[in-house]
Amino acid sequence: MAVEEATLEIPAHQHEEHKHDRLVIIAWSGDLDKVWPQMILATTGAAMGMQTTIFFTFWGLFSLVKNEKHITGENWMQKMVAMMDRPGMEHLKLGKMNFAGAGPAMMKKLAKEHNVASPGELLQMAVDMGVKLVPCQMTMDLLGLKREDMIDGLGEPAGATAMLLEAQDAVTLFI
Amino acid sequence: MSTIAKTLDLKGLSCPLPIVKTAQAVKELASGDLIEALATDPGSVADFTAWCKSTGHELVERSETGGVYRFVIKKK
Repeated sequence: MAVEEATLEIPAHQHEEHKHDRLVIIAWSGDLDKVWPQMILATTGAAMGMQTTIFFTFWGLFSLVKNEKHITGENWMQKMVAMMDRPGMEHLKLGKMNFAGAGPAMMKKLAKEHNVASPGELLQMAVDMGVKLVPCQMTMDLLGLKREDMIDGLGEPAGATAMLLEAQDAVTLFI
Repeated sequence: MSTIAKTLDLKGLSCPLPIVKTAQAVKELASGDLIEALATDPGSVADFTAWCKSTGHELVERSETGGVYRFVIKKK
């Protein structure tokens, strides 16, 4: 049986010009339900042959912290932030319906049942596929995050200017 | 008719895995090789079409049997 013509049609001009062969994702949120699409879109971009970069800033940085790290930060305020909002891909909360962790647990169970890859698995795939992961230097300083607190495979920390330059003529997403 | 160089069983997998795994597998092939992908995700119909258009690989065949979508792709 033939499959009906796909609903998603790409305009011919866009396909021919190949204007957007780069993808830049500004990963600002550390909510599980936003980190997930960050990772889905990054791996998909890489699969499509787009040169893909994720710039992790503010709460987005927390998904790059090693899961076994409980407290990050150098002074009491930075430590307090990590205590109230434990960093690490395995410890992310839902932006909605968190219910003290019951929401994320349910979401992860549903994802497993539907064979949806976890954000952690997708991040590893992204690294394997050559996606560039760039932490924001300013937020690292602000939150007292050190390179050794964070996972391997990250690029050099950068700032807004470097990122906006990278974003020129690229598809950019702010998640 | 050239033969299928590789078959990917992507049944049960959800977005974005069918495309991500296909992209990784296609990398290992030579230009002109055929790869067969079997998926059950209904979204994969639109995704494989879009992926072939953007990467330039040719979607040679697209069919469905009993809820399993079969895509045959020729590497650029």
